[in-house]
Amino acid sequence: MLQEQTMLLRTMHGWAPAPMLATFALFASLPFWIKGVGLYPYLGVEVMIWIIYALGFNLLLGYGGLPSFGHGAFFGVGAYAFGLAQLQLSPNLWLCLAAAVFAGGLAGALVAAFISHRRGIYYALLTIAFGQIFWFVAIKWHSVTRGEDGLLNIKRPAFLDDLNSLYWFCFAVFVVVVVLLWRLVNAPFGRVLSAIRQNETRARFVGYHVWLYKWLAFVLSALIAGLAGGLFALAQQSAYPNVMSLHQSGFVVMMALVGGGLVSFWGPVIGAVLFFIARDLLGAYTEAWLLWYGLLFMAIVLFRPEGLAGIFNVRSKPAA
Amino acid sequence: MFEANRLHKRFGQHVVLEDVSLRFEAGRLSGIMGPNGAGKTTCFNLLTGRYAPDRGKVTFEGRDITGLPPRAIARLGISRSFQVMNLFDDYSAQDNVRVAMPATRARGFSMLGSFGGESDVLARVGLAGKENVKAKSLSYGDRRALEIGVALAAQPRLLFLDEPTAGLGMEATARIAGLIAELKRTITIVMIEHDMKFLFGLADHIYVMHWGQVIAQGSPAQLRANPWVQRSNLGQLG
Repeated sequence: MLQEQTMLLRTMHGWAPAPMLATFALFASLPFWIKGVGLYPYLGVEVMIWIIYALGFNLLLGYGGLPSFGHGAFFGVGAYAFGLAQLQLSPNLWLCLAAAVFAGGLAGALVAAFISHRRGIYYALLTIAFGQIFWFVAIKWHSVTRGEDGLLNIKRPAFLDDLNSLYWFCFAVFVVVVVLLWRLVNAPFGRVLSAIRQNETRARFVGYHVWLYKWLAFVLSALIAGLAGGLFALAQQSAYPNVMSLHQSGFVVMMALVGGGLVSFWGPVIGAVLFFIARDLLGAYTEAWLLWYGLLFMAIVLFRPEGLAGIFNVRSKPAA
Repeated sequence: MFEANRLHKRFGQHVVLEDVSLRFEAGRLSGIMGPNGAGKTTCFNLLTGRYAPDRGKVTFEGRDITGLPPRAIARLGISRSFQVMNLFDDYSAQDNVRVAMPATRARGFSMLGSFGGESDVLARVGLAGKENVKAKSLSYGDRRALEIGVALAAQPRLLFLDEPTAGLGMEATARIAGLIAELKRTITIVMIEHDMKFLFGLADHIYVMHWGQVIAQGSPAQLRANPWVQRSNLGQLG
């Protein structure tokens, strides 16, 4: 009996640990109370999209130890791919989302091929440089991207036309991505990736192809950013270069670090939620809300490098 | 089983290894000794793929492995431990072993499967009961044992140990000696060691290195008569 219970708990932990259930409960109930606290349901859509983006980003930063500071590029590529697929190919939602994922992954595969043998500051600088290239192309390649205005006439399919169905569609994608990512970081690939972060030399000497793991982690992360970008284009009904700026790429880094992505899978969730609360609640009082979020970021980096999840001591990485 | 033929290696102007030839026979424990800076660890780094030699040839079971990367050499069944410990510090002792197991490596790209696997390595290196302790929380002696454990988990046919007793006291050294004596029965071992008493007690064949060259070799009995060994270590050998 006791054994059955432990087995059940283990399975629960493997597929749906408590923080995951809490996250799902938060977003499943959000449409029913969000107006009561003076906010609006679309905020939930935005937050879920950014959580997807930030969790994918943290696969690279928190698990792989690979700092990518130009990740907005892949989010943006996903958004443009979604829009272009809809405008040029077919209005089919699944095809457009697949195009977003594929384009994000492809761009990631290319960039990762150039940087996966680098480490530390060189790696970080190269990601910034590549991020800037994508951003620049998005602004300058007017015939395809419509320049600084972006693609403005992206449509939602009829069944997602009202906000309510859009919300539940995003929620469904969100649930699938979170469950799969949690599974991924606890599967051999995630555990080996984390081992490489802890000791690259040793990983080589027990026979791992370190470069390939780093490359693949980048591709997966870019592919998830692409998916988030596609959802963003769907939600915003537009795709524009701003999301690819260095500035916006910095947001996802802050979300991952403030929340505690280095010590917990759930860090980026906390970070993204806080970010949007700061934007909408502080933003109502002061235009300088980002200053306060930035100060929080600095305080955390200085005093609690392990982030908020570290403060609360959320032990949601499997007991290592 | 393993042969290094006339290895040369220089870093810039500095010649680190000059015309070094070594032979390690299957089923035996070979030792490499010599003072600091003699080129022992560089030698290991050449043999296990960390650096490629400038000249010379390395063969394992008749196969040329000169200049292969560490992962390729590891996959042939050659494993090593490190003088400066190289563990997966945030992982438990058990997960350190799991990461190093060939079964995990074979499923390394599995994205939905589960990470696990059982191994008797921790029990063999005396870490039974400490499976769930993080590597960074283990005592120094236990970390030394885990360092060997990770190398063993790779299920090598040939095991290189780089100063397995570095920094250990007498008691802990005796523990590692017992472990290596046990391993010797099933695995071919090559060991760098400073502690001569320790090395002479375990090795079948020893190379003495100095200034990047092999200056003497032989069984412990033969080497006891060697003037250089006598001069540098009379007291320790007792």
